[in-house]
Amino acid sequence: MYSEKVMDHFMRPRNVGEIPDADGVGTVGNPVCGDLMTMYIKVKDNRLADIKFKTFGCGAAIATSSMTTELAMGKTLEEAMKITRADVAKNLGGLPPIKMHCSNLAADALHEAIKDYQKKKEKK
Amino acid sequence: MRKVYMDHGAGMPLDSKVFEAMKPYFRENYGNPSSSHSFGNVARNAMESAREKVARLVAAEKPQEVIFTSGGTESNNLAIKGAAYRNREKGNHIITTAIEHISVINISKYLQKQGFEVTYVPVDKQGMVDLEKLEEAINDKTVLISVMYANGEIGTIQPIREIGKLARENEVIFHVDAVAAAGKVPINVKEEKIDLLSLSSNDLYGPKGVGALYIKAGTKIQPIIQGGGQERGLRSGTEDIPGIVGMGKASEVAKNEVDAEGKRLTALRDKLIKGVLGKIDYSFLNGHPTKRLPNNANLRFSYIEGESLILGLDMYGVQVSSGSACTSKTLEASHVLLAIGLAHEEAHGSLVFTLGKQNLEEDVDYVLEVLPDVVKRLRALSPLTPKEMVR
Repeated sequence: MYSEKVMDHFMRPRNVGEIPDADGVGTVGNPVCGDLMTMYIKVKDNRLADIKFKTFGCGAAIATSSMTTELAMGKTLEEAMKITRADVAKNLGGLPPIKMHCSNLAADALHEAIKDYQKKKEKK
Repeated sequence: MRKVYMDHGAGMPLDSKVFEAMKPYFRENYGNPSSSHSFGNVARNAMESAREKVARLVAAEKPQEVIFTSGGTESNNLAIKGAAYRNREKGNHIITTAIEHISVINISKYLQKQGFEVTYVPVDKQGMVDLEKLEEAINDKTVLISVMYANGEIGTIQPIREIGKLARENEVIFHVDAVAAAGKVPINVKEEKIDLLSLSSNDLYGPKGVGALYIKAGTKIQPIIQGGGQERGLRSGTEDIPGIVGMGKASEVAKNEVDAEGKRLTALRDKLIKGVLGKIDYSFLNGHPTKRLPNNANLRFSYIEGESLILGLDMYGVQVSSGSACTSKTLEASHVLLAIGLAHEEAHGSLVFTLGKQNLEEDVDYVLEVLPDVVKRLRALSPLTPKEMVR
């Protein structure tokens, strides 16, 4: 059902965990529909210096979370905001059609984390 | 790597004796049982012999009470629609339960659109039908009660004998979907007062694409397929002779093995359940602890999702199912798990182990060895897992 790339990221997810002193945190989804993910980011000189995630969900949810952190790591905030769900799916060698919407939320979580960082910065 | 298939509820291997019995009916004895010549006779005799064997499996009085279909779904369609339409003059009310197989649920919904009224009797936390509510639901318009013998997902075996008695006293037709139960527990349609009973060949280690419906003599139903009038006019279409021969042989084998295999599987099942509950914190059994199918263990794990559990176990060669929304075509959590009162997030974390003939005690040991690691790994990834559990 899943591509080799998806299975690789499911079995060996990159950047798992939490960042206790994160500059921004983004959570999307909810456990009722089966997918919930949180992204933590550290920002240095307008770039993503570190990203970590935690995900509850199916294989696709875990793999897309992992791939999103890989795509975003080191990017400027503007570049990271341009990462789309389609980019994530493409880099994973595609996702089953039924998973494209429900389990492909990681880019949204990343964007939420960046917005959270920007909001906090404005307050300072 | 060890391969452990524990998803017999989804699909079963063909028994080798069944395969051998079927072989001559593909290329040598290819006659049509409706033909008058000797080729037709060979096919007809094979079909009637198979009918006797299926009848014996469920202790039917006469082989003629069994008709062949394309599987469990068609048998359920013929039983429920056939009885509802045929008895519409008497009434338009049907009683079923909240945890039936999805085919029965969707047939019932379809009939509601056709003007029938359907009562879905609730079940308790262990998946047992509420007999009082069922009795209360019967009225003078009730023409059919449809209750599954046992639930293939949570394993709970229903009080069929009591429901059969209720139905007979109230002169209501009683349909039982026995697809998940047949071959795993003994069934006696006469003693249990069953009027219609659905069976599937593949769930007996027979070929896929074949099933049967037991129709007690005198039960009023009408066909749902129009055609050449095969199967006493109730199921038109040229019969699948190799499939029917296979289902006959599978029924014979199942009848012979049901007691011994039932005992063996019950021991394996209980070892699996006890082992998982003992080794993994925040794991729970879904369904009834004792009144359950010998081959079914439905277990639930907090904080993680079933599809990722399936994939994680697959990496170790273990094949199972889940009631999670993420594994369904509709992206909805199992209606069975919701009906027994589980929250959506609890339903997501369930795994269904359905054991079978080729499973050995070593397979259960292997699952108990690898499952805790898979659960631990996924819990470490999950934002729902309490921090003190992740070390």
